[in-house]
Amino acid sequence: MSVENRGAGRRRVPLGKIVAWAVLIVLLAITLVPFYWMLRTSFSTTASLPSNSENPLPADFTLDAYRRVLGLSSADESIAAGGSTGSLNFWVYLRNSLVVAVSITAVQTFSCALAAYAFARLRWPGREVVFSIFLAALMVPPIFTTLPNFVLIRDLGLLNTYLGIVLPSLLMSPFAVFFLRQFFLGIPKEIEEAARIDGAGYFRTFFRIIVPMSSAPVTTLAILTYVGAWNEYFWPLLVGQSEDVRVLTVALGIFRAQTPNGGPDWAGLMAGTVIAALPILVLFIAFGKRVINSIEFSGIK
Amino acid sequence: MTATGVPGTSRSARWKSLGRRETRVALLFITPASLGFIVFYLVPTFRGVWLSLTDYDLFSPGTFVGVDNYAKLLGDSVFFNALGVTLEYVLINITLQTALALLLAALMHRLAKSIVIRGILLAPYMVSGVVVALLWLWLLDYQIGLVNNVAEFFGLPREAYFGDPQLAIITVALINVWKSMGYTALLLFAGLQAIPKDVYEAASIDGASEWKTFWRISLPLIRPVLALVLIISIIGSFQIFDTIAITTKGGPVNATRVIYYYIYDLAFNRYDFGYASAMALVLFALLMGVTLLQLRLTRANRSDLG
Repeated sequence: MSVENRGAGRRRVPLGKIVAWAVLIVLLAITLVPFYWMLRTSFSTTASLPSNSENPLPADFTLDAYRRVLGLSSADESIAAGGSTGSLNFWVYLRNSLVVAVSITAVQTFSCALAAYAFARLRWPGREVVFSIFLAALMVPPIFTTLPNFVLIRDLGLLNTYLGIVLPSLLMSPFAVFFLRQFFLGIPKEIEEAARIDGAGYFRTFFRIIVPMSSAPVTTLAILTYVGAWNEYFWPLLVGQSEDVRVLTVALGIFRAQTPNGGPDWAGLMAGTVIAALPILVLFIAFGKRVINSIEFSGIK
Repeated sequence: MTATGVPGTSRSARWKSLGRRETRVALLFITPASLGFIVFYLVPTFRGVWLSLTDYDLFSPGTFVGVDNYAKLLGDSVFFNALGVTLEYVLINITLQTALALLLAALMHRLAKSIVIRGILLAPYMVSGVVVALLWLWLLDYQIGLVNNVAEFFGLPREAYFGDPQLAIITVALINVWKSMGYTALLLFAGLQAIPKDVYEAASIDGASEWKTFWRISLPLIRPVLALVLIISIIGSFQIFDTIAITTKGGPVNATRVIYYYIYDLAFNRYDFGYASAMALVLFALLMGVTLLQLRLTRANRSDLG
């Protein structure tokens, strides 16, 4: 690793290393400090923020901001604390985000795994052509199909329904099909043939052998899909503004728009962002290694 | 393990029936995904082209107007401004992000391979663009934002990062550098990991400095990965929306009215679906061009390792 040269080189290498570590630490700090500031602000009182701007700790530690965005304090209390007049109910938005992300993840992963298996393992006429058409969909910028999709969802009367929010990504994601196909291709054919000889049909082979054997990549894909669905803003903004189906990202955007421009409710806004970010960060800490490995894998492929 | 050869049926007939059954099963397996594909990807692609040739406005059935929308595009100064702003954004975003990601990837590769470090650097990429936008809106606040407070401490002037037309698009570009540099670095790091160790050992025996090793060995050998990463990030970069929708809404004046936001504004605030579709198709063509160009460059660079 390190260049252990005799003489002049010896003194220069540690210095370079110190500089390199310093650069790395600065970049790590730039990454982490904003997250800390988000937490610090969320535990503060909005009114105390201006006079405590040099204080690295929460200004007048309190959980009021969380109570406010979760709809636990009265409207008068909220306004007194510098909050917005609009009703805030992050419990409902949290539930909506959960419903949307879970249903997209479950159905899309299943549907794409079936298709990926057919593309990787079954022989049928037209397989390669259909697969390339699926892949070509990756080239179309989302906004181009979003406009006609919005018209369709509206014509079906599905605006402001869960179904309208999830439907376009429910059954198909070109990336998911491509990702899983790569893994299915790597499973030795002999295993499947042995199962076939034992009398297992295609469905049994798929559910009892292929899926359990690929549980790691399937889980990884499910996590990536979940994170993507949870973080999505554009489509839910178009079709799901009403309170009862509003997801967290849309709610944050509306909260930001409602908050008074002169003195925004920063503590409340940061409490809202913590609520939106925390489930993903927890998931990421739990499955981080797997996610990192799969991103590296997708980079090499 | 018993019924290997079923007596009585000829080999070819069995294969044929197997093929037919296999085809039926395959079609069944791809049915759900194909349904989603046809309804929400394939048909809308054609419908989008059709919409771009009409004056559809969501409320009345549109009439065919030929290439009027495209002609209108040529005379729309806001469109050309949006194109310019988008290109400026992409240029700043991609240049800085790639440079920092290369630096980070090299540091991770030669200094610290710890998965914790990779995890921390990836964290901003995992949270929603809306969260990131709100967070930086607060950090960059003119009056009491952390960045302006720190700047003042060092004797620098306070800046209205989102309010100053000169700064706004640079600010948005930097925010997204912060969000994505860890992700890009991770992809490049994976490319560096794939380089055989003995190449570095040889360089070290020859007494090459780290600096020289990076420019002469690491960079040339990850060029194919770098090209691929660039194409993915450039395409993503052209589609900047979340940050702008949350922070500046295209302003001040039109300083951050990028093409994605302009299309959104046309379609969903002015209901000009025909015109918005035409613009989206132009964006589509532009991204195709970027991809094809990049693919040609990648292929030209193929034979580096091995």
